[in-house]
Amino acid sequence: MTVQVKQRVAKKVFDRPLALVDVKSHFCPGCHHGLAHRIVAEAIDAYGVREKAIGVACVGCSVFLYDYIDVDVVEAPHGRAPAVATGVKRAQPDKFVFTYQGDGDLAAIGTSEIIHAANRGENLTVIFVNNTTYGMTGGQMAPTTLLGQRTTTSPAGRSARNDGSPIRMAELLAQLGGTAYSARVATSSPAQIKKAKQAVRRAFETQLAGKGLSIVEFLSTCPTNWGMKPLDAQKRVLGEMSSYFPLGVYKDWKAQGA
Amino acid sequence: MSEPSGRLFVKGNEAICLGAIAAGCRHYYGYPITPQNDIPEYLSGALPEMGGVFLQAESEVATINFMLGTAASGKRVMTSSSGPGISLMQEGLSYMAGSELPCVVVNISRSGPGLGGIAPSQGDYLQAVKCGGHGGYKMPVLAPHSVEEMYALTMLAFDLADRYRSPALILGDAVIGQMKEPFRPVPYADPGLPPKPWALTGAAGRPRQYVKSLYLKDEAIEVHNWKLWRKYQEMAEREVRFEEFQLEGARIAIVAFGTAARVAKTAVQWARAEGIAAGMLRPITLFPFPAQAVDAVAQRVDTLLVLEMNTGQMLEDVRASTSAHDRIRFLGKPCAMPTPEEILREIRKLAGKAP
Repeated sequence: MTVQVKQRVAKKVFDRPLALVDVKSHFCPGCHHGLAHRIVAEAIDAYGVREKAIGVACVGCSVFLYDYIDVDVVEAPHGRAPAVATGVKRAQPDKFVFTYQGDGDLAAIGTSEIIHAANRGENLTVIFVNNTTYGMTGGQMAPTTLLGQRTTTSPAGRSARNDGSPIRMAELLAQLGGTAYSARVATSSPAQIKKAKQAVRRAFETQLAGKGLSIVEFLSTCPTNWGMKPLDAQKRVLGEMSSYFPLGVYKDWKAQGA
Repeated sequence: MSEPSGRLFVKGNEAICLGAIAAGCRHYYGYPITPQNDIPEYLSGALPEMGGVFLQAESEVATINFMLGTAASGKRVMTSSSGPGISLMQEGLSYMAGSELPCVVVNISRSGPGLGGIAPSQGDYLQAVKCGGHGGYKMPVLAPHSVEEMYALTMLAFDLADRYRSPALILGDAVIGQMKEPFRPVPYADPGLPPKPWALTGAAGRPRQYVKSLYLKDEAIEVHNWKLWRKYQEMAEREVRFEEFQLEGARIAIVAFGTAARVAKTAVQWARAEGIAAGMLRPITLFPFPAQAVDAVAQRVDTLLVLEMNTGQMLEDVRASTSAHDRIRFLGKPCAMPTPEEILREIRKLAGKAP
């Protein structure tokens, strides 16, 4: 009698996305830029847009986007990525155009450019990484810095009276007619990462369907400038950060049946 | 607008639009500001009709960055503005110079500083030629003095921008922008420009590439600065353009550009009719500046009269061009067009005659 033995073949369940360049990154230990980069690269693979994608890098920790994502990249002046992306997309409407911006870049110096790009309904995808501080310049107060948060330029903690309150961009941009998709996600737990992937994919679908501006805000860590260990930084995202910046989808053309 | 002879009778600002279209520019971005609104108003109709793109930006800051994105895509792109708007574009111009991206910027300048006024002025000369933004870059600056030149120099600006991978600027004013003249537009002729393999069109069938101005590693920024410097040297060697007007036997030579030069031509003719040996050297490129030509003229005349619609800006370049400083005189009309009578009076005075 012969016994059928089921062959056990090793199946690859985890691999580097093709669009993610195989190099060591300059990001600090515990920083979530790497996760956001990976999620974007996975979406580029999933929709097969690597050869027609043009990324727009901002000024800040993510300026080296072109070292990590295997697509054409143009570097924008600080805050101007949505305007540069507008110029790329209007010249090449058939290309997939995305910006990757930090909170100082998008929510302070570049507020005008993001609001008007969204209001015009530019068919772009915006990846917005909010870590409540200016990482690259050494941890200064950002427009997203939480009240009471100590930074190198708010040594006594951010005060609403002096500095205003942290700005909620995902909600704000959802108000504009040209915004087709707006969501806030985080990457501090496997469940959150799964949702972040879904949001980025929906943002890509938004552009591919020609629906208008799509933005995904990532709540991210900055252990170096927060003066925290990576795991404590994760806890901060899960705790006070996501209670001020609630996770969720603020606008979705698909859900609204547009 | 078009006459049977193939001649056109249009405003200077419209001639710029026609030159841009003839040169194949199909992308224009801008923000309203007086006295250049004829340009966006014309192109907002003309470009979409021919499948091009006209987009009004939320600011001049956004405008120049739209241009950065379109230039990085390998397309010809233009904007027009005036003093305060050009100031807002300086950040983007510096990035485009550093990223080696071509574009054409038209400054139909107004009087300043600040909000100044809308009277014709040449007060933006220094900003245009000396590097208006940060980092010490240069760019070709062209100064048309007729409607025909508004057309022809716009085409040239696109060619210079593409050849040198650099922004190029046209410096005009309200007079040259608003006046109408007949001219016969010459068709655009491609001078055999290099292709644009650096354009970002997606990494299909080639490795990814980028357009950037950040150089942090080792001595890369030093290398980059010398590369840009060599480009500016090459412009100075190859691209100087000027007009010599009645300089033969001249004892008094006016140095003027743009509208001031146009008016001065009348004054020179009147002076010649009175027996005064006057002439004019007219820089057409303000950068590169015709330094050798200025020096050559300075060496053979008694007086070099620098005429500008400002308080003396090109004067600095004239002084730097020649050692004959004792022959240099200046006549300035800040924020107003000089009349031929005023210029003639000055010429008579310099010739030792009763004004």
